[in-house]
Amino acid sequence: MTNYYNSEDLKKFGKIGEFGAKDMAADFFKYYGGVFADGALSGREKALIALAVSHVLKCPYCIDAYTSTTLEKGCSEDEMMEAVHVGAVMAAGVTLVHSTQMINKAKELMM
Amino acid sequence: MLTAHHTQTMNPVKSLKALKHALGDSGYQIQVLNDHDKLGRHLPLFREKIAPFGLFPLKPTQIDIFQVNVGKMCNQVCSHCHVDAGPDRKEIMTQETMQECLDVLRKHKFKTIDLTGGAPEMNNNFRWFIEGIRAIDSEIKIIVRCNLTIILANKNYHDLPEFFKQHRIEVVSSLPFYTASRTDSQRGNGVFEDSIKALQMLNAMGYGQEGSGLTLNLVYNPAGAFLPSGQDGLEKEFKKALKTKYGIHFNSLFCITNIPISRFLDYLLVSGNYGEYMEKLVNAFNPTAASNVMCRNTLSIGWDGFLFDCDFNQMLDLKVLGRSQHLREFDMSELTNRKISINQHCYGCTAGAGSSCGGEVA
Repeated sequence: MTNYYNSEDLKKFGKIGEFGAKDMAADFFKYYGGVFADGALSGREKALIALAVSHVLKCPYCIDAYTSTTLEKGCSEDEMMEAVHVGAVMAAGVTLVHSTQMINKAKELMM
Repeated sequence: MLTAHHTQTMNPVKSLKALKHALGDSGYQIQVLNDHDKLGRHLPLFREKIAPFGLFPLKPTQIDIFQVNVGKMCNQVCSHCHVDAGPDRKEIMTQETMQECLDVLRKHKFKTIDLTGGAPEMNNNFRWFIEGIRAIDSEIKIIVRCNLTIILANKNYHDLPEFFKQHRIEVVSSLPFYTASRTDSQRGNGVFEDSIKALQMLNAMGYGQEGSGLTLNLVYNPAGAFLPSGQDGLEKEFKKALKTKYGIHFNSLFCITNIPISRFLDYLLVSGNYGEYMEKLVNAFNPTAASNVMCRNTLSIGWDGFLFDCDFNQMLDLKVLGRSQHLREFDMSELTNRKISINQHCYGCTAGAGSSCGGEVA
């Protein structure tokens, strides 16, 4: 393997069941399709959530896929960037809120 | 990400033809569309793709739409334009050819007359032609594909909304997006602002207003190498954004896929998106869209009176097959039974929910 990430591999995602665990892959993709269909949230809103999650989880495949999807769904640059900021601020907040544990522990230990 | 090379294709000022660019030649475009090296992959031929669904040879269902391209001259030079239109294009339909159109319209019944260009209003005989059509049929639906900015381009055009209303023209206008940046990147700097002003003028005339009977439809096409998705959802977003920010109303939004010919083909090649885009189109092939493609109910007339299956085939100079190739040889029976010319660009009309001059077809 010369690269751990290759954009061409994204196209192979739908075929992972051919390697093994075919039924599990089929179950996953059925679930995947169902989740992203229009529902209480629109497919457009779901695509923006997925774009934010892609960044938080730092998945280049997902960033590629959901940049295309959000553009296709007619999302503006501001909407896409705001979604990423939601992910970023959540990640920062998740880190910072843990400082309460640090503070609790420090207060236990400090005079 | 935009590269320096890429940005040069944004907001061109001259047509490919005027630049003597290789893609200004329709024969070369067809060659590129079939060049596997340029694609970087092997893609099935369009005819192989439609054959299993009984669609090859592709034939018309019934000719309902008489679409006339009255000339390639335009006040804009859009970076995706399949016509390669612009101020430097001199191919304009003459009054004699328009008269030949009227002769056909007098003999044959169509549901819709669809006028396009270029900016059709820049043809000096545009108003004469519409008055001629109305004199033959006072009820027939007449569409004008108005680029909006023409209304503000020069005082001679300021009264176009009134003229449209007088002749009950259905106005169909491109607005690639409800933000300035994405509209201007495709259609030129300042186009969004002028388009908004023109839409407000049309609204003031009653266009797009409930109960007025004056239809104003907008056309969305992606500003880049991606496909449109979800016409209904996008229409809601457009309506919400345009009403909230600019007080604009319109009837329907038509989603149109960019067809990989002419300037959009140039953009795809220069930006390195060509192979990937074609693959997306092929993978999104939808047989229902294929059975409803617009070339099955449309006849496209070129500025010089030649007949084509659609405006895209017209720009590729793929004339209708058979003996009836010009308005002067118009034979409805032969045209209704003709075989439609297809090539690899046809994948653009069959992807996803399909694409036509009236938007999605599936």
